[in-house]
Amino acid sequence: MNREIVITGVGAVTPLGVGARTLYERWRAGESGIADGVGAATDFEPTEHLTVKQVRRADRFSQFAMVASDEALEEAGWKDEIPYDVDRVATLIGTGIGGIGTLEANHKLMLEKGPKAVSPLSIPLLMGNAASAAVSMRHGLRGQSFATLSACAAAAHAIGTAARMIQTGDADAVVTGGSEAALTPLATAAFAALDALSDTGVSRPFDAQRDGFVMGEGAAVLVLEEGDRARERGANILATLAGYGASSDAFHLTAPEKDGGGAVEAMQNALKDAGYGPQDVVYVNAHGTSTPLNDRAETIAIKKVLGDGVPVSSLKSAIGHLLGAAGAVEAVATILAMRDRVAPPTLNYEHPDEGLDLDYVPNEARTLDINGKKAVALSNAFGFGGHNAVLCLEVA
Amino acid sequence: MAATVTPEAVEKTVVEALPQFGVDESQISRDATFEELDVDSLDLAELSQIIEDEYGVQLKGDDVGKIKTVGDAIDLVVSRAG
Repeated sequence: MNREIVITGVGAVTPLGVGARTLYERWRAGESGIADGVGAATDFEPTEHLTVKQVRRADRFSQFAMVASDEALEEAGWKDEIPYDVDRVATLIGTGIGGIGTLEANHKLMLEKGPKAVSPLSIPLLMGNAASAAVSMRHGLRGQSFATLSACAAAAHAIGTAARMIQTGDADAVVTGGSEAALTPLATAAFAALDALSDTGVSRPFDAQRDGFVMGEGAAVLVLEEGDRARERGANILATLAGYGASSDAFHLTAPEKDGGGAVEAMQNALKDAGYGPQDVVYVNAHGTSTPLNDRAETIAIKKVLGDGVPVSSLKSAIGHLLGAAGAVEAVATILAMRDRVAPPTLNYEHPDEGLDLDYVPNEARTLDINGKKAVALSNAFGFGGHNAVLCLEVA
Repeated sequence: MAATVTPEAVEKTVVEALPQFGVDESQISRDATFEELDVDSLDLAELSQIIEDEYGVQLKGDDVGKIKTVGDAIDLVVSRAG
């Protein structure tokens, strides 16, 4: 990246609770946010954070994003005053599906009571850009705002695109991330129909007995600024977004290429963008969905790009798959882990699978012994449609 | 069957509907303006839907644009029904 992009604030709402530190610390301790086969954000009570009107005006996925953005902006020191011309602060929140809960509820109303029963709020709540709009309005950010929509790569695409906005001079800072609230009957049935979900309700990435992903919900938001500007204003810099790489498989609507395909390209692009080589990477936060296909293809891709010595773990083992929020939630957890020089664990890993022989950091967090080196990590996100987006994060 | 439109009935409907939109109940009166109550065009679209469902009276964009107070809304519904 030709201009340094730094992260000065992070926020999250996840099945492990409200708060980015809560997410990271509980994951590091090996705790799981999955209950009864679902990663629900049960600690999230919207009215604790938002007014009645704000709650009514936002689908759950927008509510998550708003609350995560409050935390991120507060950490960045933006709470009382935005330290930039607000016309040059962009908002970019990705989602896989958008407000499907609103869509389903209103579709039901229409079938049961007729078209006149459909709420006038339906469209403004369910549209995929609603979370970006809500965050922009909440904080008065008047730079460009829109949503990225690339299934489970959406948040990583948002963060990467946000960095490019700053680098090209289109924005001075960006509030970015991803959000998803798809624990609904239709979305659950639809993923089940695809045979994508775990029948056992256990997320066990890379394990031989993995049988699909566990659905989760939540959001994460990051504040991105240009390095010099952030230092000038005395900001506390959490991490540098050193590189971003994206690619497409152009192969299949849902399956990854067996040889790692576009994932290899995306990881290589991220490293190249960062100016790092494979030897510099000390940790990979895998996409690691717990599906038979992803975890095998991703293992092959990681080996091709980085060899087999780097610790690799999956946050999805602790919170399930947050779809369009995953890339942001995982980037936030990776940043906090790298600050502690810790590789958090892949939970529920018991049975090695043939050919899946990376160091998956099974079940217990591990301190990274990197001898004073920078902590450089990759965070992978791959989506249905063959979308691949990889972030290279660095903590000095 | 739509309910019979009386000023009292419509007032009751409106007063009961507004708190759902986050309006502070103690501030609601006939003279209160929607602006003061932070009731915007989306809230009025929802209120129109409730009115239509209850009384069969349709309030469309132009009508809604003219009403400023809670009393205006009640009077408009009653006049339309008549």
